[in-house]
Amino acid sequence: MARYLLRRLLQALFVLWAAFTLSYAILFVLPGDPVDIKLGGIESTATPAEIAAVRDKYGIGEPLPVQYAKALRNAVQGDFGHSVQSGADVRTTITDALPETLKLTGFALLLAVVFGGGIALLATYARNRAIRRLLLSIPAVGISMPAFWVGLVLIQVVSFQWRALPALGNDGFDSLVLPGITMALPAGAFIAQVLAKSMTTALAAPYVDTARAKGAGRARIHLRHALRNASLPTLTVVGVLAGNLLTESVVVETVFSRAGLGRVTAFAVDRQDIPVVQGVVVLSALVFVVVSLALDLLYPVLDPRVTTARAAAA
Amino acid sequence: MTVLATPPAHATADAASSGGTARPPGRVRAAVRFTVRRPGLLLSVLVAALVLLAAVAPAVLAGGDPLTGVPAEKLQGPSADHLFGTDQLGRDVFTRVVHGTSLSLRASALAVLVALAAGGSLGLVAGFAGGFVDDAVMRLVDVLQAIPRLLLSLAVITALGFGTTKIALAVGVAAAAVFARVMRAEVLRVRGAGYVEAARASGVRPGAVLLRHVLPNAWGPVLVIAALEFGVSILAVSSLSFLGFGAAPPTPEWGALVADGRNFVATAWWLTTFPGLVVAATVLAANRISRALDTERGDDR
Repeated sequence: MARYLLRRLLQALFVLWAAFTLSYAILFVLPGDPVDIKLGGIESTATPAEIAAVRDKYGIGEPLPVQYAKALRNAVQGDFGHSVQSGADVRTTITDALPETLKLTGFALLLAVVFGGGIALLATYARNRAIRRLLLSIPAVGISMPAFWVGLVLIQVVSFQWRALPALGNDGFDSLVLPGITMALPAGAFIAQVLAKSMTTALAAPYVDTARAKGAGRARIHLRHALRNASLPTLTVVGVLAGNLLTESVVVETVFSRAGLGRVTAFAVDRQDIPVVQGVVVLSALVFVVVSLALDLLYPVLDPRVTTARAAAA
Repeated sequence: MTVLATPPAHATADAASSGGTARPPGRVRAAVRFTVRRPGLLLSVLVAALVLLAAVAPAVLAGGDPLTGVPAEKLQGPSADHLFGTDQLGRDVFTRVVHGTSLSLRASALAVLVALAAGGSLGLVAGFAGGFVDDAVMRLVDVLQAIPRLLLSLAVITALGFGTTKIALAVGVAAAAVFARVMRAEVLRVRGAGYVEAARASGVRPGAVLLRHVLPNAWGPVLVIAALEFGVSILAVSSLSFLGFGAAPPTPEWGALVADGRNFVATAWWLTTFPGLVVAATVLAANRISRALDTERGDDR
């Protein structure tokens, strides 16, 4: 167990290092010079002294390996440098924006699990073929809708026609509902597809026949026997979605003019604010690594048939 | 690999029982039955045909000019003259959507091609070479998959700058990992086959074995992924274009059209609703058709 854990930790560290290096390669080696961005490019009226000061602050001018080594050392200590636009510390910029986005993604994930899971369970529970097919076609539609459009349609109908919920801003729970639904729609559809598929597989398994032969009711077979086995793949999907939704906030927060990490990211991309973009990339890799590690450790607890040894072999 | 290639088993039995010479009419009947039983697929093919027509010959569907409007007719709701209404400059929204189709579809197709070429060759090399190369490539793929695709696209856009082609490249790079995985798995499956061993044993050079014997037998499933990815790619391209990283303003582009209408969301609902609906319908159709291709491949096995 200890050896397995150590191996997984090393893998996690490798992914983090590689994500940092990959984003460094994409962002710093390709064209786009922080000096030009900061001081206004060719039409810049900056004096040589000003240029030298900026170059110094962002560590430009030194050989690339030295720059990279410095950046990596700083990143290990949680220092991603300063925003090219605002000059603010990248880590503070991100941690200040993060809570609002975590609220949104947490709420969206909850909605997605409840409704996506609900649709999948109802669809597999329904005896009527027409109802079943109707329920199963909802996820396919949900997955095809552009989130930015769903958000705008919700604003039109709920905020402007019904005057029921606020369209914009970060003003308490009311303002969380519409962006939450927008974000939850594709995520919930994805969860529904995965759960419906694994429920169908589970319901065909021999232990379901055994349970039925013993006289278990339909609800008991579905919820106690099949769902418990079908929930593992869904859990993996929920874990992956947790990281993806953080990024999805770029679109949703833009539509609803919400402050948060998504807006910070969209703004940074718009202004070519490279250090901020890199900070967000490394953060999302960190989320991915932590979630998958947690899931790996959780599987044996949820399903005794999965041992860490087998998980390690896989 | 057409949708109609394998009729359902009972239909084949019908065709066989009606006599060996009556095979063509039996096939047609089976094909008709296949489509009638799948109204969703039929509708999807119709939508896809319309969208393709809009992309290839926009003037057939909408003769007007997408860039100049009639100021006197600004912000009119949908009517017989203006199917999708008009925008704040009096431009016909339907015309703009139709003329934006080509750019949006080409960007999505380019994204899939980039992902197919980059991911496919990575997977091909990894699976065929094995050993250290395989490990290195697959670790790279792991890392690519640890970063959400949208964020990876945004990072590439930050480096490259704005524009429709750059969006397409960014979406393609972000999707490459999926293709690398599928291609590698297929190459590993094919690599051990007798005909590959025979080719090797008879002295064919490794490069030729790869291109002539392994690749043709490995790319079927990869092409199905390409079809499935097309819908994903339309969504990704239109999202990035909505965020304002695509073509400069007057050019009609699906995502940008929705973004343009955002300021009028309270007063002119048609500006955002119709372009978005077209995107959703196109993605839905693309997904339905590629799912049909996917099950068709499954039946073939």
